[in-house]
Amino acid sequence: MNKSLALEKIRAFSPQIDKVGVEERVARFQTRSIKNESKMQGLKLALSMIDLTTLEGKDTPGKVKQMCYKAAHLHDAYPDLPTVAAVCVYPSMVRIAAQALKETQIQIASVSTAFPSGQAPLDVKIRDTEFAVAEGATEIDMVISRGKFLSGEYSYVFDEIAKIKECCGKARLKVILETGELATLDNVRKASDIAIYAGADFIKTSTGKIQPAATMQVTYVMLQAIKDYFDSTGKMIGMKPAGGISTAKLALHNLVMVNEILGPAWLTNEWFRFGASSLANDVLMQIGKSQTGIYQSADYFTID
Amino acid sequence: MSRLEILKTYKIYIGGQFPRTESGRYYVVNDQQDQPLANVCLSSRKDVRNAVVAARKAFGSWSEKTAFNRSQVLYRIAEMLEGRRDQFIQELTKQGSSPSTAIQEIDLAIDRIVYYAGWCDKYQQIGSSVNPVASSHFNFSVLEPMGVVGIIAPQNSSLIGLVSLLMPVLAGGNTAVLLASESLPLCAITFAEVLHSSDVPGGVVNVLTGKTTEMDATLAAHMDVNALVGEQQSLGGVQVESVENLKRLFSFDADWMNSNAQGLHFITDIQEVKTTWHPIENIGGASSSY
Repeated sequence: MNKSLALEKIRAFSPQIDKVGVEERVARFQTRSIKNESKMQGLKLALSMIDLTTLEGKDTPGKVKQMCYKAAHLHDAYPDLPTVAAVCVYPSMVRIAAQALKETQIQIASVSTAFPSGQAPLDVKIRDTEFAVAEGATEIDMVISRGKFLSGEYSYVFDEIAKIKECCGKARLKVILETGELATLDNVRKASDIAIYAGADFIKTSTGKIQPAATMQVTYVMLQAIKDYFDSTGKMIGMKPAGGISTAKLALHNLVMVNEILGPAWLTNEWFRFGASSLANDVLMQIGKSQTGIYQSADYFTID
Repeated sequence: MSRLEILKTYKIYIGGQFPRTESGRYYVVNDQQDQPLANVCLSSRKDVRNAVVAARKAFGSWSEKTAFNRSQVLYRIAEMLEGRRDQFIQELTKQGSSPSTAIQEIDLAIDRIVYYAGWCDKYQQIGSSVNPVASSHFNFSVLEPMGVVGIIAPQNSSLIGLVSLLMPVLAGGNTAVLLASESLPLCAITFAEVLHSSDVPGGVVNVLTGKTTEMDATLAAHMDVNALVGEQQSLGGVQVESVENLKRLFSFDADWMNSNAQGLHFITDIQEVKTTWHPIENIGGASSSY
């Protein structure tokens, strides 16, 4: 679909969101009771969907290597654990991560386009992306220009995403909406539609630098956008809530929501991810609790 | 027009808030004449888990407060308790104390808090040491709080028992999950309100009511609880569960109404000793090398 047609469609059809309705629906996902075998399956599935993330100014090669080791060996004391889906790092750390993970199936995601603010000229963002891909990134997490979006320059936002998609080559593109800065659910829906039509493979809630981040309300609205796109085109788009999902319980609630809105086809790490740094340990502790009946302590798990 | 008396809801205390038990259960506490006194939360394993999470979260900042500041916070508890003296006397008498014993108990509780407030910035000096060693090292031992401490309050005491066990744990910089006496739980919750209105940060003390035998094993097996404190009778049943993470168990038995049932060892027992071997240049001659 060409751009003007897509933007016209978004302007005309991107629906208004009923906030009260969203809250009620989301509250119901949190009441599902998941026990025993289902819970264990859910926990392992959640582990396999994690993008283990370190995005700090103080990141060092040592820290990244350590995290990559953890990505492949979540907790060797428990047999039959999956690895995480990917690690997520800054472009300057991609080479180190790629080196550390070359024997594994784990993807290397790199943030780009002047993450987290996105306040840089387009040519810098393009260069940023090309660099990350050349260093070995297999997934690119870009941020949209929220300032442009909020001032109504949807066309600019659309073009930018499309341009970065071109630079990605084979790498899959995740588009970060930074919903904490978009203010309303209407905007979240509109930004989701723009990202999807402009060529995103995944849409992602947040950078993790702004609060609120991946609330269930926001994720719900984005999942609905994915569903509507799938219903009208038959193409699947992935979803990645990131930021603030730090407990196993919250992860399970999210999986319930994905299953009930998009169906089981999305319950794989090809189409659904959690962007998180501390979630893995909490899920591991829950698995420990389920296996032994004893509540676990962070003292006996790796430091994030 | 006659007025309906408003009865107090005794809710549990977790992370600086007063939620109901997540299980939604309650039990009735009776007075000496078997008349119902109050409906009290019948807490579950999940409440224990939530309380431990809250205590762990609070541990970092509580243990890092200066000793002097912890002392001030403890003293503040005594001040607030003094202000609620009459309420406690009333509650104690409702639960079977004679008026004079009740007065004696609340006064002793206040005094005991002040006693432990005084120890906060003194136990470290007394419990630490510089140790003689036969090598070129400056060798010293200091006390560090254990972490999250589970306290099983004495069953036959409403107030003074829990104060006697809780205060030294707090004075030493630990955080606590306290299981109130099953048959005398009222003062434990009212005391939690006192803690809440003094300067004790949320999560430093968490108070659960309910069947002790339903919760003690969970607390004892919990990997994130570092020590258990209680009377010998309460700890006897959970020794096996405590083994998994080599949990410290301390049983203290005393007549808590005795004004001598307090002391330094109640604090220092709930401390780990950290010994440091610090290399020094030389120990030759008689000169001090550090």
